[in-house]
Amino acid sequence: MTSWQFQSPLVRLQQRAFLLAEIRQFFGERGVMEVATPIISSAANTDQQIEVFATDAIHPDKQQAYLRTSPEFFHKRLLASGSGDIFEIAPVFRRGEVTRLHNPEFTLLEWYRLGFDMSDLMAEMDALFQLLARRFNLLVDKTQLTSYQSLFKDYIEIDPFNVTDSWLNEFCHGHGYRGSNLSRTGALDFIFSILIQPQLVDLDGLLVFHFPIEQAALAQTNPDNPKTCLRFEFLFRGIELANGYQELQDVEQQRKRFENDLKWRQQHHKNALPLDEHLLSALDSGLPACSGVAVGIERLHMCLIQAEDIKEVLGFHALNS
Amino acid sequence: MSGVYSTNQFKSGLKIMLDGDPCSIVENQEVKPGKGQAFNRVKIRNLKTGRMIERTFKSGEKVDGADVVETEMQYLYSDGTFYHFMDPESFEQVQASEEAVGDQKIWLKEQDMCMITLWDNVPILVTPPNFVELTITETDPGVRGDTSGGGSKPATLETGAVVNVPLFVPQGEVIKVDTRSGEYVSRVKK
Repeated sequence: MTSWQFQSPLVRLQQRAFLLAEIRQFFGERGVMEVATPIISSAANTDQQIEVFATDAIHPDKQQAYLRTSPEFFHKRLLASGSGDIFEIAPVFRRGEVTRLHNPEFTLLEWYRLGFDMSDLMAEMDALFQLLARRFNLLVDKTQLTSYQSLFKDYIEIDPFNVTDSWLNEFCHGHGYRGSNLSRTGALDFIFSILIQPQLVDLDGLLVFHFPIEQAALAQTNPDNPKTCLRFEFLFRGIELANGYQELQDVEQQRKRFENDLKWRQQHHKNALPLDEHLLSALDSGLPACSGVAVGIERLHMCLIQAEDIKEVLGFHALNS
Repeated sequence: MSGVYSTNQFKSGLKIMLDGDPCSIVENQEVKPGKGQAFNRVKIRNLKTGRMIERTFKSGEKVDGADVVETEMQYLYSDGTFYHFMDPESFEQVQASEEAVGDQKIWLKEQDMCMITLWDNVPILVTPPNFVELTITETDPGVRGDTSGGGSKPATLETGAVVNVPLFVPQGEVIKVDTRSGEYVSRVKK
């Protein structure tokens, strides 16, 4: 096959079209409206570990514009404008992510539900997944639920909320980590993605909830345990498929988290990024109580056909796009 | 020169220093949570012990390279303490310690070409050819005429190695052995 050609079997295109049609029907039946929001923005995602593509400015007063890493900020501006329940099948971009499970350009299915709490949205996430598994003739076990804390206790017998940073560093070193000291979050990420996730390959759907508050991003603090937040992930056979929040509505907390991200980026010699003041103004004017989740479409497609590499479902992969 | 490498230059075959030992990367896998720290999870061979280990680095961090070269050299002789090898083109000689040769000494036959791993110009690992031809110096008499290959018996080779051979293979015979598995492959017709 020569490099100009679509590098996957054409049936992958048909599967993807079918997958997207099923998703649209799922949300159509539930009265969730499909939206399209801008791909280029004058503001950026400040996440510590996500790298943004920058491009020419779209506003005369600005230096640069940015390709979105998720449609989340625009969705919240819509929700605060009174849109009601929405979803988008959104092309997004993250610099430097090329692995078996990553491509710099990919697609997020993101949706928001007014009045849903985290549990409601986890249930809807699973309902969608179970439906798609049936449509793709993939036999799957019932999805299991576990808190982040129980997951750590069950698989590596530590309580992530009751260990010191230095103990965590020693533990990670003992399990093969080499390099500069890990932050608390870095150490927990190591344990989660290097030590636990590979053990989950025999488990079908798994919903993990109540992540540490340091990893809250745009999720609410858990009112019952302020060390944790109302964030969840959906994993399938150890692969992260979705990330969801009961959304933070408090503008001051959100601004602090963004500023904290920017400070961290500065300390780690990463590029400075403009905060999304529109998003913060939207939160200030009032975001309705809601929960939202983002699902990687290509990963979902991979899981549904049990592919090993994202290239199998992306005929125009980063390396031949 | 060895230099310094960032994790994004990791690829199989790259030689780096790890815990004070020179190592060779066998497999490099990037692990990136949607939100959170990215890591490089690598399978590495410790070139001194030959042992395979798994280590994880923060993506973007740097590690020291190891000045390691692999070169084919001819095995000359052992003086009891060191094993002597020669580069057949430059005639340059090196001596490998007992430790560097390790378990592989039972496959070393004079004149054979071996792969020598040099770290800072000192041999740290000797890899014999995948197949060697060695003479059986001692084995029980075989069952004459039995070539059906039923059972096997131990045979001691000229280098001291002991391998299982079919019952019909007699003492004095030259056989071909796979040094990776230590298994008999065939008789060598002279």
